[in-house]
Amino acid sequence: MHRYIVKRLFQGVMLLIMVTTIVFVVGRLTGNPVDLILPEEASEQERQDMIETLGLDGPMHEQFFVFVANAVQGDLGWSIRYRQPATDVFFSRLPNTLMLLPAAMILAVVMAIPLGIISALRRGGATDRISGTIAVLGIATPNFWLGILLIYIFSVQLGWLPSARMGDWTHYVLPTVTLGTFLVAGFMRLIRSSMLEILESEFVKLARIKGLSETRVIWKHCLRNALIPVLSLWGVFMGGLVTGAIVTETVFAWPGIGRLTYEAVLFRDYPLLQAVIIMDAVLIVFINLVVDILYAYVDPRIRYT
Amino acid sequence: MSELIPMSHDAVLEVRDLHTHFFPRRGTVKAVDGVSFSLRRGEVLGLVGESGCGKSVTALSLLRLLPGEAARTIQGQVLLNGEDLLRKSKSQMRQIRGRKIAMILQDPQTSLNPVFTIGNQLSEVMTKDPSVPGGGVLQQVIEALRKVKLAAPEQRVGQYPHELSGGMKQRVVGAMAMSRAPEVLIADEPTTALDVTIQLQYLKLLKELQANTEMAILFITHDFGVVARMCDRIAVMYAGRIVETGPVRAVFDNPSHPYTQALIASVPKMSNTEARLHTIEGQPPALSDLPEGCRFEERCPYAEERCRAAYPASFDVGTEHTASCWRLVPE
Amino acid sequence: MRKLPWISFLVIGAMVFAALFAPWLTPYTPIEQSLPEKLLPPFWEAKGSTKYLLGTDIFGRDILTRLLHGAQVSLIVTGLSLLVGGGVGLAIGIVSGYIGGRVDAFLMRLVDAAFTFPSILFALLLAMTMGQGLGTLVAAIGLLLWAGFARVIRGEVLALKERDFIALAKVHGCSETRIMITHILPNVMNTFMVLVTLNVGIVIVAEASLSFLGAGVPPPTPSWGLMVAEGRGKISSAWWLSLIPGIAITLVVLAFNLFGDWLRDRLDPKLRQL
Repeated sequence: MHRYIVKRLFQGVMLLIMVTTIVFVVGRLTGNPVDLILPEEASEQERQDMIETLGLDGPMHEQFFVFVANAVQGDLGWSIRYRQPATDVFFSRLPNTLMLLPAAMILAVVMAIPLGIISALRRGGATDRISGTIAVLGIATPNFWLGILLIYIFSVQLGWLPSARMGDWTHYVLPTVTLGTFLVAGFMRLIRSSMLEILESEFVKLARIKGLSETRVIWKHCLRNALIPVLSLWGVFMGGLVTGAIVTETVFAWPGIGRLTYEAVLFRDYPLLQAVIIMDAVLIVFINLVVDILYAYVDPRIRYT
Repeated sequence: MSELIPMSHDAVLEVRDLHTHFFPRRGTVKAVDGVSFSLRRGEVLGLVGESGCGKSVTALSLLRLLPGEAARTIQGQVLLNGEDLLRKSKSQMRQIRGRKIAMILQDPQTSLNPVFTIGNQLSEVMTKDPSVPGGGVLQQVIEALRKVKLAAPEQRVGQYPHELSGGMKQRVVGAMAMSRAPEVLIADEPTTALDVTIQLQYLKLLKELQANTEMAILFITHDFGVVARMCDRIAVMYAGRIVETGPVRAVFDNPSHPYTQALIASVPKMSNTEARLHTIEGQPPALSDLPEGCRFEERCPYAEERCRAAYPASFDVGTEHTASCWRLVPE
Repeated sequence: MRKLPWISFLVIGAMVFAALFAPWLTPYTPIEQSLPEKLLPPFWEAKGSTKYLLGTDIFGRDILTRLLHGAQVSLIVTGLSLLVGGGVGLAIGIVSGYIGGRVDAFLMRLVDAAFTFPSILFALLLAMTMGQGLGTLVAAIGLLLWAGFARVIRGEVLALKERDFIALAKVHGCSETRIMITHILPNVMNTFMVLVTLNVGIVIVAEASLSFLGAGVPPPTPSWGLMVAEGRGKISSAWWLSLIPGIAITLVVLAFNLFGDWLRDRLDPKLRQL
């Protein structure tokens, strides 16, 4: 188990290095990185200072060292718009997103597992067809438009739910549904198809031979095995969540890191965008590690790879 | 509903005229097409035949565990101590499975659920003892593992299936089957997937577990060597029907159905001086397109006109030894 | 799934038709403004008129015209992105699968990372540093695609390179490059085509999302995503600004997804686990 965790950690660090490198390279592509980093009104003196601090007049690999050294110490640049260290801005907004992400995941788990299982058990039945349709629609509908559509129906027309910002529980409903839809669709399809496979397996046959009740066979023996593909594909879902968060938070004016990303683009705040990307990578690596450990708990065979 | 049907003397399980058909999109596959046999207390009955002849489907039909909607037992009786299992309700069958009738499957690699420990999966078949805190299940599990001669049972309890070898896993499956002292054990090719060196040990184990009990074993196999070791009587199956039944010695010494003869001849013997291995020409008939007459006729070296005309009846060849071949009676 | 997806064909056909003939289908251009006639609802509503069938936006531009031209934009961006992203993925998949060894291990590491990390972030970074424009957009979307193509194509190549005709080619002295181009490449084209159709939906949504966030097609060029963004603020008073282009996006993506599924089932059912 330890080897497994260390291996995953190593992969995570590799990812961080790759992301940092790419961010660095893209930043230097324009040939004049100072213009990106400083606001337009910056004086010539300020430019010179910045060039010196970051070693921008030196060779590329030295610049990279400075970049990484700063990053490791938590210095990812100064946000033009907020006039603070970019990391500070990031951390001030992070908790808000951390309220939204789990909500979407819980929604996905609560809806997708039962629907996926029932769809597999009663293949071709009403539940299967309806959830299949929802899944197909859920994948086709762009996230941002789904949010706007929901706002139109539930906020504008029906007036039931608020359309923006954080607040009481009612504020959570629409953003959670918007963010979670693609998760629900994805999970449901996965669970359904893996359930169909598992129902044919020998150990399920043996469980029935042993005289276990059908409920036990399904909820104990099948379910755990059915969740394995979901956990192993988690990385892809995580990427989708981060992407979805950007768009969802923008639509709902939710003050989290997703909206922060949008603001960074809107206001051409390059240091902020850079910081958000690298911090996102850290966040992703961390969450993926947690899920990987969960995966090893659910599937003992993995612990030895 | 629960009137008892009289069975042959000493029989614990009697199958009468069992028909199980598969219904794919087109046509009907008659996997089990009129199978009858009886299993006596304490004996080992071998159900022998090549792959695809319907042996496993027969076993699953007895337990009413046919896969999904595609398969149905449409006719027949399966009597367990006088009660017809085919008429039982779902929950009644559940009570019988694992308790009165147990089964061991062929492939130990896939029989156990990979995500739960051995102990966990074994405990599912244990009955809790209310007088002991915790139900004494752990002890029972360790005892069960000990009975099947699994080394270091206390450790195995916390291990996962992938940590055990094939032979060990098959012992665990055996432990699960035996734990509630069933009256009938169905063993579906239990040694086919094991190493040859382990096979013998496992067969010995089964015999030991059977000793001192009245448990009957329905032993499904295609391997005549195993038959010779394990079985008291055998039933030879071909294309959905039983073509010869009898005590093992009698059938070996005097195989009366050409198929049985061919099967026995194709087992390579050390004393054999022939250069080539004996094989049976041709293929069994498709179970969705069966001929009117004898099903072995196309491959039979002795086929006659009457063989094609009608399916042979069953004829006595010796004490409790019957075979379905027209050649057993004069023209 | 066996029957022909007629509706998909219809929708895709309509979109292609719109893209090709947009300039001739309406009397307006997508950028001509008419401020006094701004924010008119579609013709079936009270204040609408048949002059502007689907209404007008905040600048008085005809929504229908912008919608039709948006189809053109979408198709161009989609086509180019698939070419670039798919092409790169194809190349990497073939090289990785065929050459194997360290090259393969390294490339697959990259692919794994690409799957885990949301490429949209790099797309936004690119947009900011290289400015908005078609080139940046195509590069950004290509970033989203290449890994998926690379992984699947590599799988195909791994199986292919064991086949006898490859061994024969080697015996004849073909260089590795030649084998990859003349023998491997044609045999993975089937899979490539299926992948392309399966990914169209993703690309359309990606372009729309990027345009929505202001990092895609620059205004005033009509992009459906941009139209949705522009209408967002007025959702309570002028629903048609956002909802109509959104419906268009959803319909088209749905059509391409169903079409892609159908094509996959016909050409290469092994890909079903995608």
